[in-house]
Amino acid sequence: MGEPISLTINGQPLQVKKGTSVAAAILMARAASRISPSGELRGPFCGMGICMECRATVNGMAQQPTCQMICEPGMEVVTA
Amino acid sequence: MTPNFDVVVAGAGPGGIAAATVAAEAGLRVCLVDDNPAAGGQIWRGQADSAGAGSRDARKWMQRLNASGCTVWTGLRVVSEPAAQMLRLEGQDTVRDVAFGRLIVATGARERFLSFPGWTLPGVMGAGAAQAFLKAGFEVSGRRAVVSGSGPLLLAVAAGLRSKGARVAGIFEQAPAAQLAQFARTLARHPGKLLEGVQYQWQARFAPYRTGCWVVKAEGGEQLERVTVSNGRRQWRIDCDLLACGYNLVPNLELPLLLGCRVEQGLVHVDEGQQSSRADVLCVGELTGVGGLEKALLEGEIAGWTVAGDRARAAALRVSLRRQNGFAQGLAQAFALRPELRSLPAAETLVCRCEDVSYGALCQQDSWRAAKLQTRVGMGACQGRVCGSAAAFLLGWEKHEKRPPVFPTTVAGMAAEIAEIEK
Ligand SMILES: Cc1cc2nc3c(=O)[nH]c(=O)nc-3n(C[C@H](O)[C@H](O)[C@H](O)COP(=O)(O)OP(=O)(O)OC[C@H]3O[C@@H](n4cnc5c(N)ncnc54)[C@H](O)[C@@H]3O)c2cc1C
Ligand code: FES
Repeated sequence: MGEPISLTINGQPLQVKKGTSVAAAILMARAASRISPSGELRGPFCGMGICMECRATVNGMAQQPTCQMICEPGMEVVTA
Repeated sequence: MTPNFDVVVAGAGPGGIAAATVAAEAGLRVCLVDDNPAAGGQIWRGQADSAGAGSRDARKWMQRLNASGCTVWTGLRVVSEPAAQMLRLEGQDTVRDVAFGRLIVATGARERFLSFPGWTLPGVMGAGAAQAFLKAGFEVSGRRAVVSGSGPLLLAVAAGLRSKGARVAGIFEQAPAAQLAQFARTLARHPGKLLEGVQYQWQARFAPYRTGCWVVKAEGGEQLERVTVSNGRRQWRIDCDLLACGYNLVPNLELPLLLGCRVEQGLVHVDEGQQSSRADVLCVGELTGVGGLEKALLEGEIAGWTVAGDRARAAALRVSLRRQNGFAQGLAQAFALRPELRSLPAAETLVCRCEDVSYGALCQQDSWRAAKLQTRVGMGACQGRVCGSAAAFLLGWEKHEKRPPVFPTTVAGMAAEIAEIEK
């Protein structure tokens, strides 16, 4: 699997295996990804790019679907 | 200049991979497109790049694909057909058009989700979704999981969770035992499937597999803490921090509908060579009937031979396909949803997760179209992919309509569209 990848989720450092999706990292951090219009916390749900519940801010870009995105070294993920 | 291929294949699951490989091996110029970071589709997700990992089938097909000369584009989603025989593809920050002579659509299936109180809590996810997250590196050791819903996938998911260190507190299949017994007899006629089933059962031995049971409620603070399970007579609670819940699969029909392919009873209608009602479009895999890996591979190969003009090779494969189609029908009957599931949501339970529309609000409408206008259901980021199949089952509504784009377009995509209009 090679060297682990280090990234941060809401400022907290997290190490994941190479090839891990950002949504999987959010799940492992037990973070919620997004807040719904009525204020509910939501987490990654469908795992296949359709529900858009996994949207989060990645490297400053808001509203990125994260389940089809792979973790990169130094990535900064900010969730709801 | 717009790149141009003899054949474009949309979707790089087993069906799309087989189609693209056979067509490219026959000497056609082929381009295979998928919205994931790598080819593989739902079942071979994440197994494609790491040679050595994954099943024998996956390795064999990925090697053949790589050697076939097929062009593979990943991270790109087909969103529309802006001009005849041209597709618009969108990536994270790119837009690209591609022209095709023939198009093979292999967009697979997604899970059917039903809404129940608490299904929006973080920690609740689809069953296939849990499997997809596991394949994408999700580590679950120390988690206590419940698997529920319907379909053979539940066993695979439970086995997957367990092999990655989760404790599986229970597997709850809504179908009654009698209905499944009949399906088990069909399984006996499919040696490959049977073997798979036995393997799953062996792993599932470590968790109770209960039929005729379903999750009626999920509860917790910021994350899932427990679920309530019912067998129709009695209810009980189970503590857990992961619920994997999905009710069978439904084909991803958006692209075939957008292209104008005929759809009957929720499936794309194809002829013996996998050709749809549109002469230049073929459809394979889950789109023509949810039937799993072998069916998708066979149909992919048949489509590949059809576009290569070798009708004889296509017809030869047709014989094995007939058995697979029987299996697909058996699946649909065995795991048919019980009517009690229609009363899962309470009035305040959300059906639309994007726009937060409740079941009660939907009950006041008389059709999907009216509900969209009045409540914004299906107008959010998922464009009805999650709530549409839930509403279809809960309220008996259909949602077949064609409306480009297939997915929410990025700003870049919109810009390209506007530029076109202004031209
Ligand atoms: C979430 C999930 C998990 C599953 N897990 C398993 C499992 O663990 N074991 C098992 O036996 N079966 C599993 N299945 C069943 C599996 O889907 C089928 O058995 C088989 O993979 C079907 O092959 P296919 O080629 O028809 O479609 P798929 O494998 O579904 O492939 C379709 C591909 O097309 C892509 N796609 C869809 N729309 C577009 C578009 N507009 N543009 C570009 N690309 C697009 C999809 O992202 C996907 O990669 C799962 C299904 C789902 C929905
Ligand atoms: S988890 Fe559904 S789109 Fe990412």
